[in-house]
Amino acid sequence: MGKTLAEKILSDRSGADARAGDIVVAEVDAALVQDGTGPLAVEELRRIGMERAAKPERTILFIDHAAPSPRKELSNAHKTLREFAAKTGAILSEVNEGVCHQRMVESYARPGDVIIGADSHTCTSGAVGAFATGMGSTDVALGIASGKTWLKVPETFLIKATGKFQKGVYSKDLILHLIGLIGADGATYKALEFAGDAVEAMSMSERFTLSNMAVEAGAKTGICASDATTRAYLESVGRGSDWKPLEADADAVYERVVEADLSKLEPTVSKPHTVDNTATISEVVGTKVDQVFIGTCTNGRLDDLRVAASILKGKKRASGTRLLVCPASKGVYLDALAEGIIATLVEAGAAVVNPGCGACVGVHAGILGDGEVCLATQNRNFKGRMGNPEGFIYLSSPAIAAASAIEGVIADPRDYL
Amino acid sequence: MLFKGKAWKFGDDISTDHIAPGRLFHLRTNLPELAKHVLEDADPEFASKVQPGDFVVGGRNFGLGSSREHAPRIIKLAGVGAVLAKSFARIFYRNAINIGLPVLTCDTDQIDAGDELEVDISRGEVKNLTKGISIKTTALPDVMIKILNDGGIVEHFKKHKGFAL
Repeated sequence: MGKTLAEKILSDRSGADARAGDIVVAEVDAALVQDGTGPLAVEELRRIGMERAAKPERTILFIDHAAPSPRKELSNAHKTLREFAAKTGAILSEVNEGVCHQRMVESYARPGDVIIGADSHTCTSGAVGAFATGMGSTDVALGIASGKTWLKVPETFLIKATGKFQKGVYSKDLILHLIGLIGADGATYKALEFAGDAVEAMSMSERFTLSNMAVEAGAKTGICASDATTRAYLESVGRGSDWKPLEADADAVYERVVEADLSKLEPTVSKPHTVDNTATISEVVGTKVDQVFIGTCTNGRLDDLRVAASILKGKKRASGTRLLVCPASKGVYLDALAEGIIATLVEAGAAVVNPGCGACVGVHAGILGDGEVCLATQNRNFKGRMGNPEGFIYLSSPAIAAASAIEGVIADPRDYL
Repeated sequence: MLFKGKAWKFGDDISTDHIAPGRLFHLRTNLPELAKHVLEDADPEFASKVQPGDFVVGGRNFGLGSSREHAPRIIKLAGVGAVLAKSFARIFYRNAINIGLPVLTCDTDQIDAGDELEVDISRGEVKNLTKGISIKTTALPDVMIKILNDGGIVEHFKKHKGFAL
């Protein structure tokens, strides 16, 4: 009987014949914490006298959620991470270097890795063919100190995507559509495996958007095969030697197969306050928006900013609508500057904030007022997510976001392409 | 472990943003202070009125969202005896067991706000004293029972000098 990608990776990294339902103890090939979860991990290790990193060169501490720090309490939390890095030799990713998940795929995640992170969107790295999953601070703390973790081998849903996107429809629309279909808890404890000719044809950035949101269907990870596109991406970030091919066996056993024909998809949004509360664009066109936010680990990459700039070029944001842009990493920021994308966005009225997570998690730099509506390219729209439980968040692609910034209401991007 | 207390009823999809919102991010290194706001965005009265041994009773997919372990930690710090829900999100569930917050899966439609409950964690028994009924719970997975019996994941790790699951 063949194996899914999750079973293959967990077999290799545990030394066991890992099958869905088994409990395995696996090597941790990379572990991450961020400034919201890392201090608790460090405190736990201090408390039990295990303040060390088994693989310091594969342990990364990210200062991204409150960066630069807006409060002294958070400045002190940052100090805790800096001290731990200095003591253990773990890698510190400083203010402005970027959102942890974007930095992981740029510099650390490798096909075949087991990656654990104290951040639920750690699943983003699944797009390079890794088993990457989010856990709590204590689990990750033990993984950092021991180099191992325990995992239940998940059953897998095969997401089989075929066909081509119509103009104005992107991988964000696909993943929102899929979450609407599966439900916010429809894939709890499962792995999603993204496959089919449409996924094979996607860029890595498009795949990152898919894997990033696997957790929004409750899934433990969202994995793509490692192929020629993965190889080209790793070469482009100077890590060609990290590549290895990885694909599921043809006779792998899947719990469920979910099919999606891209040619039939419409631009799609999630309405407040759950990600599975999806609607096609025609159902929400005309909804007033007070703030548009383009960025995050879901859609803050160069191609995302490029699409937004192509729509906003020579135009202005609506006078009653704020436009925030946040590149996902320093590398993305520099590329966007070099391409003139940032200038286009600023001329259109955007406030560009430094790479980080602040607006999306409601810590700083984009908090909503009472009753305000935000259209964001991020991955979550829970009540209170952007810092105010009286706010309302819609999720969309960067194209919908850009068109909506111009009109001041949710708008169909196909009118601008 | 036997707890007796009042049910605090919540709906489906109670997220970690309801439990420990991002606007209080700066309190994550001060859990006793953060606990004063636990579940505030789902029920503003909960944190100030909950009594030791009371129960948080949710619907489907309790604890969805972020990996923040602070969420189960502040529920426990508030004195809650156990969380009962129809289903739990994956990371919240694992975090809760890791830190010793009992979580039980059962049909919570049989519980109304304010009902007196008696919950035997080790036996997985839920009695609704107000309604005079017993509610069936789903048995915890073996791996979770091992972790709970060892007193949480840290104690488990120390005792076995690694993971013995």
